[in-house]
Amino acid sequence: MRWGNLTKFLGIVLAIIVVFGYYISPLAMSIKQGLDLQGGTHVVLEAIDTPEAKVDDDAVQRVIQIIERRINELGLTEPIVQRQGERRIIVELPGVKDPEKAIELIGKTALLEFQNESGVTVLTGKDLKDARSQIDQGKQNLVAIEFTDEGAKKFADLTAQNIGKRIAILLDKQVLTNPSVQEAIPGGKAVITGSRTLEEAQRLAILLRSGALPVKVEVMEIRTVGPTLGQDSKDKSIKAFTIGVLAILVFMLLFYRLSGVVANIALLVYVMLLLGVLKGLEATLTLPGIAGIILSMGVAVDANVLIFERFKEEFHSGKTLRAAMDAGFHRAFSTILDANVSVMITAAVLFLLGSGPIKGFAVTLGLGVVISMFTAITVSRSLLRLLIHANVVKNSKFFGA
Amino acid sequence: MKLNIIGRRYWWFLLSGLILIPGIISMVLQGFNLGIDFTGGTIVDLKFSREVTVAEVRESLKDFRLENSTIQLAGTSKADASQYVFMRTHFLSNDESKALFAGMTDKLGAFEVQRVEKVGAVVGSELTRQALLNLTVACLLLGAYISYRFEYKIAISAILAILHDVLLVLGVFSIFRLELDSSFIAAILTVIGYSMNEAVVIFDRIRENLRSHRKSESYEELANRSIGQTITRSIYTLLTVLFACASLYFFGGETTKNFSLAMLIGFVSGAYSAIFNASPIWVTWKEYDDRRKAGLRPKGAK
Repeated sequence: MRWGNLTKFLGIVLAIIVVFGYYISPLAMSIKQGLDLQGGTHVVLEAIDTPEAKVDDDAVQRVIQIIERRINELGLTEPIVQRQGERRIIVELPGVKDPEKAIELIGKTALLEFQNESGVTVLTGKDLKDARSQIDQGKQNLVAIEFTDEGAKKFADLTAQNIGKRIAILLDKQVLTNPSVQEAIPGGKAVITGSRTLEEAQRLAILLRSGALPVKVEVMEIRTVGPTLGQDSKDKSIKAFTIGVLAILVFMLLFYRLSGVVANIALLVYVMLLLGVLKGLEATLTLPGIAGIILSMGVAVDANVLIFERFKEEFHSGKTLRAAMDAGFHRAFSTILDANVSVMITAAVLFLLGSGPIKGFAVTLGLGVVISMFTAITVSRSLLRLLIHANVVKNSKFFGA
Repeated sequence: MKLNIIGRRYWWFLLSGLILIPGIISMVLQGFNLGIDFTGGTIVDLKFSREVTVAEVRESLKDFRLENSTIQLAGTSKADASQYVFMRTHFLSNDESKALFAGMTDKLGAFEVQRVEKVGAVVGSELTRQALLNLTVACLLLGAYISYRFEYKIAISAILAILHDVLLVLGVFSIFRLELDSSFIAAILTVIGYSMNEAVVIFDRIRENLRSHRKSESYEELANRSIGQTITRSIYTLLTVLFACASLYFFGGETTKNFSLAMLIGFVSGAYSAIFNASPIWVTWKEYDDRRKAGLRPKGAK
């Protein structure tokens, strides 16, 4: 009997259980959560051709920049603007309070035009340097704009030529205000009135500051999850995870005894490693992603089941415990490899061809297969070696054989 | 474990046929209950501050000509009123849904938006194409890998067994009018991966046993022996995967219910078909080859 090995074994087992119990929850919670868990809005936009403007790569790039500028004004934590394929843009707005208004702000072309009385456009949004919302002394909501040097010149000319006449300020071909010009305005500053509320003025200012979209965009898909549902999904996922992992632990313990303890320790290491890698990769955890984690636990112990079944066969054919265990690991390896490659292939297909949250599922499933091969083989082999070398347990029944 | 699975193979083929036929008939006759991910449209989950009835909600939708939408109550034991309302309509533009929510607040009181999903028709039709592409690419890649590691006859036998599982899941979803959404594709692909995994473990043992196999042992005996050696593992692994999947189905979020149900059915079917279809198909094929060769030889010898 070698107590050193046994102490080492027990020490490691205890350490892993303690670390798991202590860190698993903070580790899981520190991974970035998807919109379906924390609440928020996911929007897919598509740039579309119009007679005035055709979509090209440059236009989509500029649309993304402008949308980013607009979203930054919403004051959300970690919004995402991402290109998908040629013409699509994905926008993620975590925790957004009023999705409809946010989408309106993001998707508006916001083409500003100043027209003279006969409807000729003299200035556009490109001539603007800045736009700010204000309330004037008469409690009127307005947007104060400042022109670029060139814009200031154009505006001075426009006002000088139209004294006593009306000019029009239009946004996306709709008249915002229609003021009559009292005198020439040379300073490069003007105000746009006509906003009903201060909020409306603020939004107009944001649109004008961020500039007009070079092409029209259309909403293809919107998914909004409220914060309550997100929290509910999170709670339920934690419950499903806990019950799933407990059921597997108990099963392995009942059917494989000491080997089961080892497989279970390997499973705990597996879950921690998987979460650690997800965190390291800065992956986003979605509801399907959690489903992937829970499922992959079932698959993770498969490698151990294959090894232990092989061990039993080898033991019954007359080998010693130690030799049977080595043969079990050795012979089961190629089976585990081929079987896991099958799951990897489907996970890879899902990742490459799937979209959105399904990608999250594919990532956890695929990573799970790779990591579980390591834990089920390396971790459980080292632990079993320690245990068998300790020579404390000679009865094969303790190993489920 | 001594088993005679291959000997009764035609019974298993018949059983599989009988299991699949109702689903296939249902798929042909009534098709699928496709969610908005496939058809395009809008779904809304609302939580009202008071209990409302379907009739009330329908009435409030009249102003927007949406009174023919699907309206369901959820989260209640009472049949006629609930705080939780689910609606499915055609694709609503941003302005339309804004007006709709304002109108409903006026008529029915305050509510909290739990979930809104709007999918354009274009995105929906893309998903169908994507689903078929996923399925084809996965089967081709798996077939190529198994052909490379084993042989093409094993690959085709395993893929036939996989198609059995896919058809069964599709059939059940068609018969019970369960809704298909984009996560269903992920479930089907996972079932494919799992089913192949099951078949691989058995064929791996067949391959190993082939190396040491005596000429006197028939393919039938060989396959029976291999299945017997791996069946405990097949059952144990099915159980652990089912534990995981069932806890997801019974305790997990509402949105992953159908997803985990598809996998529950698929995993059971996958474990069954790997044992009762994949290896029997392969044995039948091998025996057919042998008979053909034996039939050819005397002719050549003449």
